[in-house]
Amino acid sequence: MTRQTISTGGGNAVEVRGLVKHFGDVRAVDGVDLDVPEGTVLGVLGPNGAGKTTLVRCLSTLLVPDAGRAVVAGCDVVRQPRALRRRIGLTGQYASVDEKLSGWENLYMIGRLLDLSRKAARTRADEMLERFSLTEAARRPAGKYSGGMRRRLDLAASMIGRPAVLYLDEPTTGLDPRTRNEVWEEVRRMVRDGATVLLTTQYMEEAEQLADGLAVIDRGRVIAEGRIEELKAKVGGRTLQIRPADPAELERMADAVARAGLDGVAGATADRDEGVVNVPIVSDEQLTAVVAVLGARGFALAGISTHLPSLDEVFLALTGQKTSGGADSPAGDGGPEGPGAREERYAEVGA
Amino acid sequence: MSTATIPAAGEGRIGLRANLRHIGALARRNLMQIRHDPETLFDALLMPVVFILLFVYVFGGAIAGDQQTYVQYLVPGMMAMMGMNIAMAVGSGVNEDFRKGVMDRFRTMPIARSSVLIAKIVVELGRMLLATAILLGMGLLLGLEIRGSLVALAGAVALSTVFGAALMWIFVLLGLSVRTPQAVQGLAMLVLMPLQFGSSIFAPTASMPGWLEGFTRINPLSNLADAARALINGHGAVAHPVLITLVWTVVITAVTMPLAVRKFRSKT
Repeated sequence: MTRQTISTGGGNAVEVRGLVKHFGDVRAVDGVDLDVPEGTVLGVLGPNGAGKTTLVRCLSTLLVPDAGRAVVAGCDVVRQPRALRRRIGLTGQYASVDEKLSGWENLYMIGRLLDLSRKAARTRADEMLERFSLTEAARRPAGKYSGGMRRRLDLAASMIGRPAVLYLDEPTTGLDPRTRNEVWEEVRRMVRDGATVLLTTQYMEEAEQLADGLAVIDRGRVIAEGRIEELKAKVGGRTLQIRPADPAELERMADAVARAGLDGVAGATADRDEGVVNVPIVSDEQLTAVVAVLGARGFALAGISTHLPSLDEVFLALTGQKTSGGADSPAGDGGPEGPGAREERYAEVGA
Repeated sequence: MSTATIPAAGEGRIGLRANLRHIGALARRNLMQIRHDPETLFDALLMPVVFILLFVYVFGGAIAGDQQTYVQYLVPGMMAMMGMNIAMAVGSGVNEDFRKGVMDRFRTMPIARSSVLIAKIVVELGRMLLATAILLGMGLLLGLEIRGSLVALAGAVALSTVFGAALMWIFVLLGLSVRTPQAVQGLAMLVLMPLQFGSSIFAPTASMPGWLEGFTRINPLSNLADAARALINGHGAVAHPVLITLVWTVVITAVTMPLAVRKFRSKT
């Protein structure tokens, strides 16, 4: 994938060309090219050890890349790290707040470190706590927060300086669905306020919810990229599963859906083991249409559900390969301190 | 939000005033940590008390004949020990910071990376002075007499603080090198115990076997104890132990500070 040379004012908040970072023999990031247009969200989808965290750490000045170039918010990540730090915010998968300090004290400290006056830092801390629904917990030590509260505090901390570019490294890994939705809502809000977001994730669903563009990476390389709709069309969007009241009707039902000539509904397959008919769909309208067709033909339904393709299915659909998985390249996402230290952090998140 | 503006060449450089403000904000953080977790201050507050009481009443009579004489001997000597125990806390603190994500936060912010380290050391020096004050206060309660001048007393405090600051670099280096705060403590104890007890802090060295006495003569803790004792009691050689202590201070700082700073840089 060769592209034009970097232009500084070309409407891209993030431009990455040929970025390489290795730890010993492991090429954690192996020649990555990326563009994130200003004001959009790029999802970077990949399994554990694909190099997502290393990529984000290179782009946030925590690691110096071995080769390639990256310009973020107009700053070269290697040559202008200090100027860049004024323009970025980072929320990692492990909490980057001081657990002994209260939520308010964390935000106040960060405000002061960003050269706000005492008064401005106080106001901003109050404001951000309010916005992230943490006002009640403001005086409690961050270490006593629940997982979701801590992640929200983390996001608030990243937003204190009104960064132009925000990195979210697996922002919802380890969160329950409700908290995950809260975090998603906040991310959408940040984008509405004009931030550019680079988001890494292991979940197609998360990318679909938040991202405009998607880059799928594996073993440190971008293996597929494009607008989310394009990739979704390739992957097949969702799968609608219909369970007939009478299992004997499986084939007849699949046949009825396939022959109905619904727009965009290519086919339906009967899965006798599961006792369901699988219909790939890309929109809610198609869901309604399929159900309507079955209703009109008088089929009795016992249940319907939709499910999004898993990361494995996405990989299979886009590349014809299985994911490499974390076990094959344990050091892939390791920091400079080596894979061991990093694993500990993962463990802390999981606990 | 303009993202396409190209930064000026000097942008992002951190001025002295901003740097001091950052150090202030980070020192405040370290103080807040103590406030939320007051037990961490116990070593500074309680250790001098426990140690003095234990040693004066358990060993005092045996070592010095009577407790009064021993107070006069022990309390100045223990000033040497305070610094070392407090310095240890710097190591585990630095280690803990690096294990937590908060260091990543600081490193992606427009601040000088050294300010995190400097703030920590400033706060720990404060803790060290507090411990010394408690030690002396406790000593006075037990009948310690300041026989030297106040200037000499201040000199003794200054000497032990300077030496303690040098020790902090050793522990910063250790804290950056090992994996857990527990490992810092464990390694530190291994080095501390022989240094503390193989010295003139608790007992005169004359009755020790020759090799051990030889060791105490170069042991910085021994020299610091002797210096503080001479300064507070108003008699005894001052110049020699002060000189040896200062030489140690300079050597330790010259060797470990650059190593610690380099290690800190490479980790950040």
